[in-house]
Amino acid sequence: MAEIKYKVPTMAEMAASNETPEILFWVGCAGSFDDRYKKVTVAFAKILNQAGVKFAVLGTEESCTGDPARRAGNEFTFQMLAMSNIQVLDMYGVKKIVTACPHCFNTLKNEYPELGGKYEVIHHSEYLQQLINEGRVRIEGGESFKGRKITFHDSCYLGRANNVYEAPRHVLEALDADLVEMKRSKVKGLCCGAGGGQMFKEPEAGKKDVNIERIEEALATGADTIAVACPFCIVMMTDGLKNKEKEDSVKIYDLAELIAQAEGL
Amino acid sequence: MEIVQQIIFAAVLGTVGWLVFKRIKIIRSTISLGKSEDRTDQPGKRFSTMMRIAFGQKKMFDRPLIGILHFAVYAGFLLINVEVLEIVLDGLLGKHRLFAPMLGSFYRFLIGFFEFLAVGVLLACIIFLIRRTILKTERLQPSRHREMNGWPALDGKVILIFEIVLMIAILTMNAADIVLQEMGSAHYTITGDFIFSKFLKPLFTGWNETTLIIYERFAWWTHILGIFAFAIYVTYSKHLHIVLAFPNTYFARLIPKGEMQNMPEITKEVKIMLGLENAPEGAENAVPDRFGAKDVTDLSWKNLMDAYSCTECGRCTSACPANITGKKLSPRKIMMDTRDRLEDIGRIMQVNDGKFVEDGKSLMGDYISQEEILACTTCNACVQECPILINPLDIILQLRRHQVMDESKAPGSWNAMFQNMETNQAPWKFSPGDRFNWAEGVK
Repeated sequence: MAEIKYKVPTMAEMAASNETPEILFWVGCAGSFDDRYKKVTVAFAKILNQAGVKFAVLGTEESCTGDPARRAGNEFTFQMLAMSNIQVLDMYGVKKIVTACPHCFNTLKNEYPELGGKYEVIHHSEYLQQLINEGRVRIEGGESFKGRKITFHDSCYLGRANNVYEAPRHVLEALDADLVEMKRSKVKGLCCGAGGGQMFKEPEAGKKDVNIERIEEALATGADTIAVACPFCIVMMTDGLKNKEKEDSVKIYDLAELIAQAEGL
Repeated sequence: MEIVQQIIFAAVLGTVGWLVFKRIKIIRSTISLGKSEDRTDQPGKRFSTMMRIAFGQKKMFDRPLIGILHFAVYAGFLLINVEVLEIVLDGLLGKHRLFAPMLGSFYRFLIGFFEFLAVGVLLACIIFLIRRTILKTERLQPSRHREMNGWPALDGKVILIFEIVLMIAILTMNAADIVLQEMGSAHYTITGDFIFSKFLKPLFTGWNETTLIIYERFAWWTHILGIFAFAIYVTYSKHLHIVLAFPNTYFARLIPKGEMQNMPEITKEVKIMLGLENAPEGAENAVPDRFGAKDVTDLSWKNLMDAYSCTECGRCTSACPANITGKKLSPRKIMMDTRDRLEDIGRIMQVNDGKFVEDGKSLMGDYISQEEILACTTCNACVQECPILINPLDIILQLRRHQVMDESKAPGSWNAMFQNMETNQAPWKFSPGDRFNWAEGVK
């Protein structure tokens, strides 16, 4: 395969050269700062490059969507961030946004319109499915997933919140892997425990942590790979896996990482 | 004698009607304490939601066996009421089986059909009672769920026993009736055997006409008085869902579950702060006296209708990740607390000429604790589970808004997160200038 030179153009660069990208890749805070999740961002950027998608990112002009503040009850902080993001997005005339974070996805898609920010917002699971369907992403040249047991953990903000259940599964099916479902999946999927601001505080007293309950269910499927599609889920599930001391035999990857592995990127 | 029965019947009917009307009035007036919210858009979609979810009970069939049993009780309740109409008319007019001569042989078929439903209700209620008391279905046990202690657990059983008694009354009444017909007793219109009650005839072998008439009348009065008592009882009980499931599904949210209600009063302030809008000159900024919800009066009327509609089945709680892992939060308790608060306010209104006089209590604090609402992951599992589209999450989030914005009662780590978001535009303490450093990894 010919070496491709990966590029991550910013909206500012695009605007300076009078270009308009097909999509804006909204990276999100976890995608920008979290060491584990930065790998997902990188994988997705490589996939976009490989597929020849003309994309751009906001770079340092991106801010948190405000989701954790809103869920925690702080509407002021949420709206301040939302308004300034909308100003930036509108300044660049952004029409279509793709993001790997279901929380950013939900907020941008459902909550920005009422504040004046109206965009077409797509989660990366749906976008990957589109790219695969259109033949722009071809599952070849890398690791083979044939016959490998993969289970998918539904994110609340993708599934119940926005009814995206099939796209991530179609992406996994494209890997030719053996997709196994957990006992609680799709509409019945169990939360990883991080939503609603829980990611940023200690859990209340109880008999168990939510991520432990969920990782037990994932491990019970016998899958060697747990696929996720959310930065918070990846953290919670990874912690759960460490708690069970299973990090050597079971791996947790985002959909984009799996596709990048299969493409040999 | 006849006329005395008629007078008693009319008096009872009138009293029941008045008592039920009074209850409806209180329930209505407490619901209207909620904030206004327009839920009348897209009437077509709303109607079809109601038909699918309430009338067709679609979500109940997620658990097929329970769905079928519940449907049997529901269909029985709905259709047997047609017979209640006859009973009421008989009672008022001093007739017996008024519709029999009008409907001819169809009458026998109709009563047979009602008996079929009655047997279905009877069996389903017995199974439900067994589930509650012997099989001990987890989500219905007070030992596991503190909100079920006392009255709620009893309420569930009372309703089932009520229905079992009513169904036994109707079936034995019919059996006694056909035995009387066969005896040629004067008042008993010939209808012939009914499909199920005919098997109960042996119960009455050897009874003379008078005792049979006494039993038939006793069963008749038990049935109709039972239904009247039920009508009043329902308004105090979790069982109110039999009526409210319909409006509650009609007025349910049509937007994606992930979307939180905007606070326009804050949008205005933020726009002024960011210099996107000028502060209204002269006029003081119309800052609301409260952000979010502290008491039921701060919630929307739909949240309050949700509370009255809740049947305390606990599907929400059994799907709640916080509850499953032993935290104090129970979405069912959120709904029950909201209703308890409304009932308490209703009692205050009753003794104060329909006015709500502050009693120094509030939903947040006196009924629901901070620990409960903090444990929510906003995962929407409770919302997804509810068979009649109740939304506990909406209440939790409004309570959080009040706690955080008015009371400044956020956990320390949340305050740190807010501060990071305001100064670094990220929930973690990273420099905004480093936000694009990840791109160095794309090689």
